[in-house]
Amino acid sequence: MENLIALLVAAPLLGAAVLLCGGRRLDAVGHVIGTVLAAVSFVIGAILFADMLGKDEEHRAIAQHLFSWIPVEGFQADVAFQLDQLSMTFVLLITGVGSLIHLYSIGYMEHDERRRRFFGYLNLFLAAMLLLVLADNYLLLYVGWEGVGLASYLLIGFWQHKPSAATAAKKAFLVNRVGDMGLSIAIMLMFTTFGTFAFGPVLESTGETSEGTLTAIGLMLLLAACGKSAQVPLQSWLGDAMEGPTPVSALIHAATMVTAGVYLIVRSGEIFNAAPDAQLATTVVGAVTLLFGAIVGCAKDDIKKALAGSTMSQIGYMILAAGLGPIGYVFAIMHLVTHGFFKAGLFLGAGSVMHGMNDEVDMRKYGGLRKYMPVTFVTFGLGYLAIIGFPGLSGFFSKDKIIEAAFAKGGTEGWILGSVALLGAAITAYYMTRVMLLTFFGEERWRNQPTASPADPSVEPAAEHQGAHAEPHPHESPRSMTIPMIVLAFGSVFAGAFFGIGDRFMHWLEPVTEHAHGHPPIGATTVTLSTVAVMVIGVGAAYLQYGRRPVPVVAPRGSLLTRAARRDLLQDDFNHVVLVRGGEHLTRSLVYVDHTLVDGVVNGTAASMGGFSGRLRKLQNGYARSYAVSMFGGAAILIAATLLMRAV
Amino acid sequence: MSAQLAAYSTSTGEAFQFWVLGTVAVVGALCTVFMKKAVHSALCLAGTMIILAVFYLANGAYFLGVVQIIVYTGAIMMLFLFVVMLVGVTAADSLKETIKGQRWLALLCGLGFGILLCAGIGNASLNEFNGLAQANSGGNVEGLAALIFTKYVFAFEITGALLITAAVGAMVLTHRERTERAKTQRELAEERVRENKQLPPLPAPGVYARHNAVDIAGLLPDGTASELTVIKTLRDRGQIRDVSNDAIKDLKALEQRSEERLGREEEATK
Amino acid sequence: MNPVNYLYLAALLFTIGATGVLIRRNAIVVFMCVELMLNACNLALVAFSRMHGNLDGQIIAFFTMVVAAAEVVVGLAIIVSLFRSRHSASVDDASLMKL
Repeated sequence: MENLIALLVAAPLLGAAVLLCGGRRLDAVGHVIGTVLAAVSFVIGAILFADMLGKDEEHRAIAQHLFSWIPVEGFQADVAFQLDQLSMTFVLLITGVGSLIHLYSIGYMEHDERRRRFFGYLNLFLAAMLLLVLADNYLLLYVGWEGVGLASYLLIGFWQHKPSAATAAKKAFLVNRVGDMGLSIAIMLMFTTFGTFAFGPVLESTGETSEGTLTAIGLMLLLAACGKSAQVPLQSWLGDAMEGPTPVSALIHAATMVTAGVYLIVRSGEIFNAAPDAQLATTVVGAVTLLFGAIVGCAKDDIKKALAGSTMSQIGYMILAAGLGPIGYVFAIMHLVTHGFFKAGLFLGAGSVMHGMNDEVDMRKYGGLRKYMPVTFVTFGLGYLAIIGFPGLSGFFSKDKIIEAAFAKGGTEGWILGSVALLGAAITAYYMTRVMLLTFFGEERWRNQPTASPADPSVEPAAEHQGAHAEPHPHESPRSMTIPMIVLAFGSVFAGAFFGIGDRFMHWLEPVTEHAHGHPPIGATTVTLSTVAVMVIGVGAAYLQYGRRPVPVVAPRGSLLTRAARRDLLQDDFNHVVLVRGGEHLTRSLVYVDHTLVDGVVNGTAASMGGFSGRLRKLQNGYARSYAVSMFGGAAILIAATLLMRAV
Repeated sequence: MSAQLAAYSTSTGEAFQFWVLGTVAVVGALCTVFMKKAVHSALCLAGTMIILAVFYLANGAYFLGVVQIIVYTGAIMMLFLFVVMLVGVTAADSLKETIKGQRWLALLCGLGFGILLCAGIGNASLNEFNGLAQANSGGNVEGLAALIFTKYVFAFEITGALLITAAVGAMVLTHRERTERAKTQRELAEERVRENKQLPPLPAPGVYARHNAVDIAGLLPDGTASELTVIKTLRDRGQIRDVSNDAIKDLKALEQRSEERLGREEEATK
Repeated sequence: MNPVNYLYLAALLFTIGATGVLIRRNAIVVFMCVELMLNACNLALVAFSRMHGNLDGQIIAFFTMVVAAAEVVVGLAIIVSLFRSRHSASVDDASLMKL
């Protein structure tokens, strides 16, 4: 069985190699190859899962050692895989959702002449992501980490003819680089501290290490997680990443890659458990991002960007849960999985809507689409109910647990975190209801609409030349697109109940992540009730604002907060002012220091040497008499020395 | 005298001689260094050397004393004087120092060196003097000769070689090879015609029996004096005498005198 | 008087000569000072000869004189040729390593 693990990675990797190296000959069958290999990977994952279920809890983790990558004395880098319950969860999510999105992309990318390459990139992503979650050491994880970064870059910039896409890809890559730096520093710290970076030895020896070192490692890992999972302060790339094709947004920027940060933190749980400061920082990052993403999601008129804000916010929940320690790890992963289902479904739904609306993304130009796209409406609606935490659906189970765990953190922190999580739930309900209402209900604002204003920043350039002038004809998407949506909708509805009832997921994951039952200061029932209550409040507020009144096609100016939120709460302005300008000032001052101080020292040394030699040179003036003086002085010194030696 | 040479201490006469002549020798040496003109330096040095010759004699080195006077004072110093003449006897050196700090360094070094040297001598406890009475018993020159031609014969031969080398070297250094053929008389004459400077021979100086002829410019046919007729040295010194007016003055005086005489004769006849 | 005073006198003369070499610029005078130094040495040698009671010191002084004579011949020739090429007998003028 162990030998199958490598095949998990190998199948999509083979697909990527074949598709990317195969050239135009494979254009006709490229999408089939890609989808089949993704499905093969899923089937292998399913076989391994079945095998794992057949064993008792203690012996479920299996490992495969492929080869020694860098066999140096004192530095052993192995290509070795480890498949435990946590990895298995990810494998199933990645290959499952991945296969569905491959299937979806067949229809979605049908008219794109570079479809083969798209599937090659998707397969590359799958391979890298699987490598990331299957690695049994941090170095191999880093390889996968960089691999998904590369795939993300390639896919965001897939429509590279659009300057916005190219820029977005570059931005995502650069911001991710900051996080990657954190990961590499963390790995170096681990190596110097533990002498290895395999998960087992590192995580077992946390007890013998000073808390300061562990905090440093933890903070660096958190930085890495922030970069990859778009958490404050490295969140700015996710919104722009929506320039990529919608399946990419669904797979990479909603379901899988952005959750790699959560995986990293949960995987390194032992380190965080031993470093309370790092844990606190993690919860703070999670809580801040949770609100940040939610507020941004409320203001965006671009359906994908609204969903991106939502993604950010939901991952904030996961990071928050992961920062809570053993009481939260399980729920972080559980929410991750359910979120993988419903958010992928929502994105696919959004893609379907865009597909039927000539790639229009501005929700203010939708409206009343439920009649034209019934399947999309139903699946999207189920995903919507799941994300807002409608009782009985998957989001309800996972999010409720996280809020509970946040309260269970204890003390003032617990109250603050819990309240923030509750508030986040309300805002989630609000903005998702807003998306739902704007898109599928209300009057049909896409009829007889004037030419899209070019100044409107939320309109994709592609939409302008394709169909801004023509009135769109909303229609249901082809079956290859609807089937994945239906499957994901099933997941959105039932996954939570399946996991949550009887704590099935907790028991499944407990051997890996451990679990401690938190004791919230208020009862679990109270938490659940208040969660439902704030959800209802959020939905109600949105209904009052968008359901009762007609929605203007051109967005009103809005309050200061709205305008700031439309600009992603000024994140880019902040980055520009603080980082770009600051960097410029820093480099300028460094250049100044370099020119004055460093060059001064160097030139000063040179000049003083020159001056000294200039003086010294005067000794060699060519005058015989000067030389005679030295000789004479030397003779005198010789006599003195002789006398001295005699005297001694 | 030879008996005293063996003594631990010298005779009073020698002591007197030492102090007097020693003082003179030091003064002479200082003058050698500080005299502005090279000639004076050379003369002072010669004096110092003569005094040294006396000291050699006093120390029983009779042969050296004589050689010092003949070779050093007589030959070498004369050679120096010749060179001084050659280079320019009148040129007085400026004693102003041109190299910065050279003089102070030199004086410092000299002072230190002298003090250290004297300290060394004083430290050496050279109190026992054997004297040369025994060594000179067969005669100083004979003693030296015996040593030179036995013990030091090789060194002596080598000094001979050295002297010859030095003589040849001096000739090589000062000899100047003629690089072009000397001009013949004909070539010189043709050159003179070509340059059209002074075709005929230079005019001879004017000659009056009453004067030293060489300092009087000869008269050209038009009666003016030609300076070319006087040698360059006198011209440079401005010692040319113009006698053309003297003749007229003399003639006038002669006429006056003859008139006076004639007048007196007229009175006498009256 | 102790004959060692001759040595002090020799040291004094030698020092004066050496200082003269350093101070004077005229090559001829410099040369004379060198001769002065040589003579001072000779005086010391003669005094040593008296001290040791043998003639070897005088022999050395004699050789010194011979060498000095040779040196003077060559040295003066050098001065003369130097004067010819530079029209100066200053040792400072010969400060470049070419004529």
